Amino acid sequence: MATTLRVRAGIPRSLLFTPAALVIALLLLGVPQFMNAMTLGAIYALIALGYTMVYGIIELINFAHGEVFMVGAFASLWVLTTPLGLLDRPMNDPLQLAVTLAAVVIPVMLFMGLLGVIIERFAYRPLRHAPRLAPLITAIGVSFILQNIIQVLFGPSPHPTPQIFPKVDWLSVPSFNIGDFAVAGGTVRGLNLSIIVAAVLLMAVLQLFVARTRLGRAMRSTSQDREAAALMGVDINQTIAITFFIAGALAGAGGVIYGLYFGSVQFNLGFFTGLKAFTAAVLGGIGNTVGAAVGGFIIAFIEVFAANLGYSRWSEVAVFSVLILVLVFRPSGLFGQALGERA
Amino acid sequence: MTARAAAPRNNTSLRATFSRFTSEHRSLSIILAWLVIGLTLPALVLLPPLSTFQNQVVWVDGFAISGIYILLALGLNIVVGFAGLLDLGYAAFFAIGSYTFAFAASPQAITHLNIPFWPMLVVGALIAALFGILLGAPTLRLRGDYLAIVTLGFGEIVPAIFLNADAVTKGTNGIGGIPQPQLPCIGDFCVHFTFINPFPFYVTMIAILAVVMILIYRLQDSRLGRAWMAIREDELAAASSGINTITTKLLAFALGASTAGFAGVFSASKLGNVTPDQFQFSVSFTVLAMVVLGGMGNSWGVVIGAFTLYTIQSVLLKELNQFFQGQHIPILQNIDFVQYQFLLYGLALVVMMLVRPEGLFPSNRRRRELHEETAEDTDIAPPTSQLGD
Repeated sequence: MATTLRVRAGIPRSLLFTPAALVIALLLLGVPQFMNAMTLGAIYALIALGYTMVYGIIELINFAHGEVFMVGAFASLWVLTTPLGLLDRPMNDPLQLAVTLAAVVIPVMLFMGLLGVIIERFAYRPLRHAPRLAPLITAIGVSFILQNIIQVLFGPSPHPTPQIFPKVDWLSVPSFNIGDFAVAGGTVRGLNLSIIVAAVLLMAVLQLFVARTRLGRAMRSTSQDREAAALMGVDINQTIAITFFIAGALAGAGGVIYGLYFGSVQFNLGFFTGLKAFTAAVLGGIGNTVGAAVGGFIIAFIEVFAANLGYSRWSEVAVFSVLILVLVFRPSGLFGQALGERA
Repeated sequence: MTARAAAPRNNTSLRATFSRFTSEHRSLSIILAWLVIGLTLPALVLLPPLSTFQNQVVWVDGFAISGIYILLALGLNIVVGFAGLLDLGYAAFFAIGSYTFAFAASPQAITHLNIPFWPMLVVGALIAALFGILLGAPTLRLRGDYLAIVTLGFGEIVPAIFLNADAVTKGTNGIGGIPQPQLPCIGDFCVHFTFINPFPFYVTMIAILAVVMILIYRLQDSRLGRAWMAIREDELAAASSGINTITTKLLAFALGASTAGFAGVFSASKLGNVTPDQFQFSVSFTVLAMVVLGGMGNSWGVVIGAFTLYTIQSVLLKELNQFFQGQHIPILQNIDFVQYQFLLYGLALVVMMLVRPEGLFPSNRRRRELHEETAEDTDIAPPTSQLGD
């Protein structure tokens, strides 16, 4: 049985534990670290969706996806600095800020979507009937090409991204105690809240798109049975191209957010971030869009917990250990379906 | 396969004699081939175009290091080329071999052991194989692309552990002072392995390569080798024919890992130090590019692929830099060609997969497999590979 792109009509029952899990995480981490983890989770979730959709539809681990995210981060840096000519000056006028953000996010998402389509057209489509090893190897090749183009264009050192978001706190939570257990309070930056809200909105739109629209239905049918879908009049090539476009656009959005949040981008950031997002997709059950989003947040929380306990250097080891353990003991992921053994 | 290789062709009889000899005395011809290569290369670099690039000692030193990459590529070829399993964390086993020798021999390591090089060559290979089995046993049931990701994760975890466990491994600084191999003197004749004299390393490497290649060719035609190819072509059919796919894949993994461990011990001793950044993903990627470029499944092709890529990255790109800097051509003189190394590898991987997935020197069997749609005409076409299948 093939992995199919899955969208759930209702909320999966296991997700009902989410509020409880979030409250426990908040109590353990304290407010600032909790917001940090949520923001990181939003970035991972946006990238993980791209992995899961592409895998769901053509069963390919799109290795270059992490690098598309990285190119998105650099594209947003370029748009902010070169055509807009912005410096590290926070914008206090909300309208000006909104217009600027739109001027960055929309072109970057479109361009990254196109990049995804181009990669699919030239590196993966000719190999659709080749042995599985072949497109996987081109995917690795493409990721190195993208990484090195950026390295040649921007140089190997990290680049600061203009911080246009005002350092305004929207919420302030005092520290409090539950019995002997102290919970660290702190302020919630507008940037964090905006990122989380924007990412969740994007995911909700995607969910609706895949579940309700004609193109979404074409995507789901293609992932279930390509030949049958083609016989029913679905344009397979177009549907796969659209999937790559959406995946690229979401990664582009993730790239913009990364630049705004971390304030610095480097040519090699796509490798690890991409791998973590892929872990998130596997954790959530590859092919499952809700699972990928949830997985992104779980991975971010694991990372922040590790850092909080003083093992930040080991956070990568922790994430990859999670990946290996999930694949060994529950390859279908938390919300996935059983995978058939296909060579 | 033997019957086909031995069949007389319509070319010159010299060629027929040659191919009959190589198929009947294969181990002998591998030894002879490496003997010829080993003697020719140091002489070849004394000739004008090559001798102007760098002097003979530097060339031979480079050849000895390229041998490490050839060894790695041969080992990865067992996993990727023979068994068809994509291993993206191959550098991890290289790292394990290197660190094993560092712990066993360096006076600067916390272990303070002082075990000589020669037994450690085998021990390093065995320990790497052990880790191959430890990683493979739970994961080889996974489908091919999942396996690729798990090995990638493993390839990142191993150097990260060597980097972060700095109480034991000294973190980024790595472990230095790793001793060089030693041989007892025969009468007045002594061989000294030193940093300034690469010739003993070079000769050792040629000998190792000859032995490894004989073993690999014997493996390839054994029951195990045929089982690998059966799994690669159709795992379900192989399992139905009574092949234990898990054990067979595990052996490919372990043997590939042991070759990397072998290379690791040699490399640690040759360089005199080990640091975690010697084993980044780019190493696994480079070795994969070597295997794909040379031709998955064909050991001689892989040797040529590895040697060519190593020479390009270590000599040619630098030469291009110097050449164009001297020429004062407006744009070209400012380009740092070394910077484009991985861009070129990436392009090579994509182009090879699209245009010639079987590599530059394909194994006949692999080529037919990778061109399944047009299998009818390639099946009848006579083999063109002269280097053996």
